[in-house]
Amino acid sequence: MPISYYLALSAVLFGLGVIGFVFKRNIITIFMSIELMLNAVNLAFIAFARALGQLQGQVFVFFVIVVAAAEAAVGLAIVIVIARNRQSLNVERINLLKL
Amino acid sequence: MTPQLEIFLILAAIAVAGAVSVILQREPIHSAISLITVMIALAGLFLLLESEFIAAVQIIVYAGAIMVLFVFVIMLLNAGAEERTNMSRMARYVGVPLAIFLLIELAYQVGAATSSMTAQPAADGATRGLSMLLFQDFVFPFELTSILILIAILGALVLAQRSEGAPAQRAQQ
Amino acid sequence: MNDSLAHSILLVSLIKVLVLLFLVLTAVAYLVWFERKVAARIQGRWGPYRVGPHGLLQPLADGAKFLLKEDTTPAGADRFLYFTAPVITLTLAISAIAMIPFGPASVRILGVETPLVIANINVGLLAIFAMTSIGVYGVALAGWSSNSKYSLLGGLRSSAQMISYELSLTLSVVGILLLAGTFNLSELILRQDGFTWGYLPKWNLLSPTFPQVLGLFSYFVAAIAETNRAPFDLAEAESEIVAGYHTEYSSFKFAMFFMGEYASMITVACLASILFLGGWLSPFPHTPGMDWTLYIPAGVLAISGLALIINGVRYSTVFGRIELTVLGLVLLALSFLCSKPGIIDYVQGPFWFLTKVLLVLFVYVWVRWTLPRFRYDQLMRFGWKVLFPVALLNVVLTSLAVVMRR
Repeated sequence: MPISYYLALSAVLFGLGVIGFVFKRNIITIFMSIELMLNAVNLAFIAFARALGQLQGQVFVFFVIVVAAAEAAVGLAIVIVIARNRQSLNVERINLLKL
Repeated sequence: MTPQLEIFLILAAIAVAGAVSVILQREPIHSAISLITVMIALAGLFLLLESEFIAAVQIIVYAGAIMVLFVFVIMLLNAGAEERTNMSRMARYVGVPLAIFLLIELAYQVGAATSSMTAQPAADGATRGLSMLLFQDFVFPFELTSILILIAILGALVLAQRSEGAPAQRAQQ
Repeated sequence: MNDSLAHSILLVSLIKVLVLLFLVLTAVAYLVWFERKVAARIQGRWGPYRVGPHGLLQPLADGAKFLLKEDTTPAGADRFLYFTAPVITLTLAISAIAMIPFGPASVRILGVETPLVIANINVGLLAIFAMTSIGVYGVALAGWSSNSKYSLLGGLRSSAQMISYELSLTLSVVGILLLAGTFNLSELILRQDGFTWGYLPKWNLLSPTFPQVLGLFSYFVAAIAETNRAPFDLAEAESEIVAGYHTEYSSFKFAMFFMGEYASMITVACLASILFLGGWLSPFPHTPGMDWTLYIPAGVLAISGLALIINGVRYSTVFGRIELTVLGLVLLALSFLCSKPGIIDYVQGPFWFLTKVLLVLFVYVWVRWTLPRFRYDQLMRFGWKVLFPVALLNVVLTSLAVVMRR
């Protein structure tokens, strides 16, 4: 089972994540597209770990998951504060520093 | 068509369908559910690549805790449907086909560049090897990530608190 | 491997899945009966008595009621999520039982030797916890999609409680993993084989390295909170927030939530008996002097059969008399079958396993009808400030004991 299939899938998922990040307006959906990109990268790491017969790829995936958790926690706290102050989750309405 | 290839195609189809659904859905909660489906399909792919521990961690931590956080915030903020404006003609007839073509091209090039790699047999049990690496070679980053999580907890707590003094000040004015 | 062997293995797995599904659904139905009887006896009354002898047909009546009720959908509800939430809950609760080993021996079905477990995967323990993690979504989405304030609040509270106690649940099992060194459930049971000082079983609760008493305590409390049972059932109790996240559900969808709760109770009890009480291992040593203990399953079945017959011949209704006597005779026949030399080895493992699971379930029901309910802030404070440190303490002490033993 060639590894290139997994890498192609990872590339497609990453591309879809970028499309979501660029085109969506809701800030939480943008955040979820970032998580999709991180997941695609995890798949690539594990595929390479299997292709090269090493386990460092899996260690790195472990760290990526942990960092994604920390980032999601702080990022969502920021989103809550923004929503409280601007009363909107639309990124086009929070592009000015003035309230 | 070996059984492995069949399972890979099914899981890959679910992952791509879920990812497209994340982008196309109107309500954020439906996007969240689609993303959870993508993560579970990816966990299945990790199992195919013989990393059972990472597959379990992906479901327990990523799909079972981080996405729960997303769902909570969506429910808390009562995030409703997105406003849908029509795409310009350029975007709809030129942009979307170009985007799809870009994705296919990306997948093809990545696949072709690495087509010579084949899967090597895994070393001793993946879980055992992973924990040896994590606690011997990578113990310093491991401890650092625990401090990172502590910082994230404190940051989230401080950021999401309602400031106690603000309503009183406004009342005074 | 050739095609016919692969096909017969697939067929055998399918047979095992169907048998287990049937057993689990029946067990869930009769667990409800068991709980109502025990609750009634604790409260000084009879419990279900009229529907069939000793209320034994009550689950059938309940099932018929759930199926025949009107199936409503609240206005403005999110249809897809409203429909999927109970499906998620029930499916995950039942699927977790696929990983549980019921006995040591292999049975021979259709010419294929297969162990008494559907999926003996190497990370079996983690897979069960993974299913519990995803089960949180059933509750949260049910609360959100019902388009009702009570449901939303109840759903949020319930899911917050579940993820808080899930942490203590997984941490209280780490002590077991340190002692055993594997995630595989069958391996975990085999590591508990043996007897210290010749007569005390080496179960993890009484482990010679470090008895996992703290572990069992925190695991059990976390499990009660995880399955939303009293005293932690604030989010769904009758006198509290109407009915929490399943307020707007009726008929079969409510039955799915109901069954899902009892199925996860069974899963948690099975896991407790595997991890802490030795699974299908017998508490008696295997020395030749203790050979009579091999006849305990047959003895228990015979005694219960005789009790049913004695009760049956003097029962009030005719139907009850016939049914109880027939049941008693069936049990007597089974006990005779279990004492035959060919079958007696196969019966030992499942018998002890089911006894331990029944014991844990009895304690579950006992706790529900004895202790008063926690308030929500007391509940969260207990989970984070008391239970989590206790589980952590268990991990630290167990690792100290393991290192000092080496």
